[in-house]
Amino acid sequence: MIPEIGHFLLIVALGVAVLQFLVPSWGVWKGDARAMAVGQSAAQVQFALVFLSYLCLTWAFVQKDFSVTYVAANSHSELPLMYRISAVWGAHEGSLLLWMLMLAGWTGAVSVFNRRLPADITATTLAVLGAISIGFLSFMLLTSNPFDRHFPVPADGKDLNPLLQDPGLIIHPPMLYMGYVGFSVAFAFAIAALVSGRLDGAWARWTRPWTTTAWLFLTMGITLGSWWAYHELGWGGWWFWDPVENASFMPWLVGTALIHSLAVTEKRGLLKSWTVLLAIIAFSLSLLGTFLVRSGVLVSVHAFATDPARGVYILGFLAVVLGSAFSLYAWRAPRLKSDGDLAFFSREGLLLLNNVFLVVAAAAVFLGTLYPLFVDALGMGKISVGPPYFNAVFIPLTAPLAVLLGLGMAVGWKRAKLKEVVRQLRWPAALAVLLAIVLPFLWVDGIGFAVFGGVLLGCWVLLTSVHDLWGRVRAKRSLLNGLSSVPRSVWGMTMAHIGLGVWVLGVAFVSLYSVERDVRLAAGESAELHGYQYFLRGVDPVRGPNYDADRGTVEVTRDGASITILHPEKRLYRAQQSVMTEAAVDESPIRDLYVALGEPFDNGDWSLRMYYKPAMQLVWWGGFIMFFGGILAASDRRYRLTKLAQAPVGADGKVGA
Amino acid sequence: MTKRQKRMAAVLLLLAGLSVAAVLGFTAFSKNMMYFQTPSDIAGGKLPEGARIRLGGLVEKGSVQRGEGLVVNFSVADCDANLPVRYEGILPDLFREGQGVVAMGHMDGKTFVADEVLAKHDENYMPPELAEKLTTPDGKHSCAQFKSMGGST
Repeated sequence: MIPEIGHFLLIVALGVAVLQFLVPSWGVWKGDARAMAVGQSAAQVQFALVFLSYLCLTWAFVQKDFSVTYVAANSHSELPLMYRISAVWGAHEGSLLLWMLMLAGWTGAVSVFNRRLPADITATTLAVLGAISIGFLSFMLLTSNPFDRHFPVPADGKDLNPLLQDPGLIIHPPMLYMGYVGFSVAFAFAIAALVSGRLDGAWARWTRPWTTTAWLFLTMGITLGSWWAYHELGWGGWWFWDPVENASFMPWLVGTALIHSLAVTEKRGLLKSWTVLLAIIAFSLSLLGTFLVRSGVLVSVHAFATDPARGVYILGFLAVVLGSAFSLYAWRAPRLKSDGDLAFFSREGLLLLNNVFLVVAAAAVFLGTLYPLFVDALGMGKISVGPPYFNAVFIPLTAPLAVLLGLGMAVGWKRAKLKEVVRQLRWPAALAVLLAIVLPFLWVDGIGFAVFGGVLLGCWVLLTSVHDLWGRVRAKRSLLNGLSSVPRSVWGMTMAHIGLGVWVLGVAFVSLYSVERDVRLAAGESAELHGYQYFLRGVDPVRGPNYDADRGTVEVTRDGASITILHPEKRLYRAQQSVMTEAAVDESPIRDLYVALGEPFDNGDWSLRMYYKPAMQLVWWGGFIMFFGGILAASDRRYRLTKLAQAPVGADGKVGA
Repeated sequence: MTKRQKRMAAVLLLLAGLSVAAVLGFTAFSKNMMYFQTPSDIAGGKLPEGARIRLGGLVEKGSVQRGEGLVVNFSVADCDANLPVRYEGILPDLFREGQGVVAMGHMDGKTFVADEVLAKHDENYMPPELAEKLTTPDGKHSCAQFKSMGGST
């Protein structure tokens, strides 16, 4: 009964989404305030419906209702409760429902927190979000209904994909979806700006916290995904340039560009049509990511569906969204006039350059990800491009970004003097060079051109960020006074930049100085890696809730002193009879010691994969620091205050053109 | 310089930057492009010497032989041909005889030397490229016979 209710709620939600699209649109067209206001209540009702529907599916999982096809395919009677709840988004249908829940959540939030927006902007925004809801709800109902039943009811489920039975995977998809779907809000705002023809500082101020929020979730989602891959896939890698990773990375790059161009639009009234274009592209890439992952054109751990109808539907949906958005853009964007001139050597000039690099980097990733698909579709052979392509293109395109970042913070808006900037930045620059020479020796006992460059860029970003903050604090009377006077958005920016610097440091060390070794050991034997001795004490069978495992005991010593005892596992999940490698990692900010079990040999030996990974932790920390920077920036008082300040101006919907 | 000239200079600079990026991109692209090959493609001799390729096929039943240390030899086959593969390292969890596999590497004489072997986390996984190459125009597996011989589960 409960699954039928869930299904029914989705159908009702589709009806409400149609209302949410049509009524406010009509209201905006006719200037009817009552019709425009319908959008808000429709959005809230829709959220309630989708949320209840989501609970119905969760209920079916918790109750182990294997008569529901989706539950039977992705759960098992022995699956722990935690994973039964997260199994809701373990495959195609449920993750679409999660996606839909996020969309309804974002839409509901827009309807609640933007009461002070001009009525027509709110109405248009909610109508656009309603249209997106229609697309996704009908997609679910037509091709991928999670509530479908099947008979006869199987005695037990097929179990959740063992790869997904990991704590990191519980929060990775929701975070990622929050980010993906969050760009729909920026997209809807951009459409609203095009429709109304008004795009001013106030518009940018409304859009900024929403975009930053979407961005911070996407940042966290990508970081968690990378963390998960590192621990769960047993290859010791943290980024593979896998098409599905790229699918989340492209919106991130464009979203980052959008955050920066929004700053220019808010502060200087420039780059308006560019900002709108970025908002459209960011959301398009999110949709494209969904298409890539869900259509089955890609084969990866993420690709669930191989039903061509689904791929065709999403492709069609993508075409409609892109077609209408770009047509509208072509028609209305020429009306968006800049409020002034753009000087090249100024903060806005450098931010534009930053945007160019970010977008070109995104384009390079796009090319490498999609070109093989095009070639295949045209029947010109099966090709693939590996990580070397992405590294060769991506690094030269992003290194200048780090340089620009440090400069950009020191350069003022409007116009700046090169001499003044050089004078300001000479100490951070000198210190960065010094650190780039010293740090590699301390950290990895070596130096080379590449590591020097990487550490230099990382330190440069870190030091210029701190220097910029220090400059703001120093201007005040006391340290405390200075620190408290710095607005949260500045703290956020500084944190996010520091996060990037930490990340660059981590990447430089870990990608250049990781040491890897595969060995074959019998119990009692040892192998050496980078000064550490790994003793295989033994491999013993253990029984988990829904798997059986061989659990290795590996003692790591250095100069005779025991460092740690690691327990890598090889698990056989009973329901699917699939084997999983559970790596064991001794983590510290300085280095990770990583051991994974390979395979057993006939004589009882095991193969072991061992890694020494310097500064691996900094990569995650960088992501988390950026995430917190995003939270600070999005929660700045200014965004709440200006809404109040804008209210009298915006209420009549006329001012601001 | 007048404002107009400055703007033109900036645009030119941008264009120059973009072209450098494009050249960089396409060079890296053509250098790192790998073609997907099956054993019969390789037997057909359509391959430049020393090229990096992705080899796809089914691991032939009974062909896996362990050597010294982590060296392993096996044979990858499609309907018409098979190819000996040498690999040193840890095989992926789902590497099984009779199952689909993709190996990255190059030809060394008559042997394919793999530096990376992939098998996906799905019992019935077959690389889509391979599935397609094993399918005849009428939509049937052209080597059902081979598959039963391979004894896939």
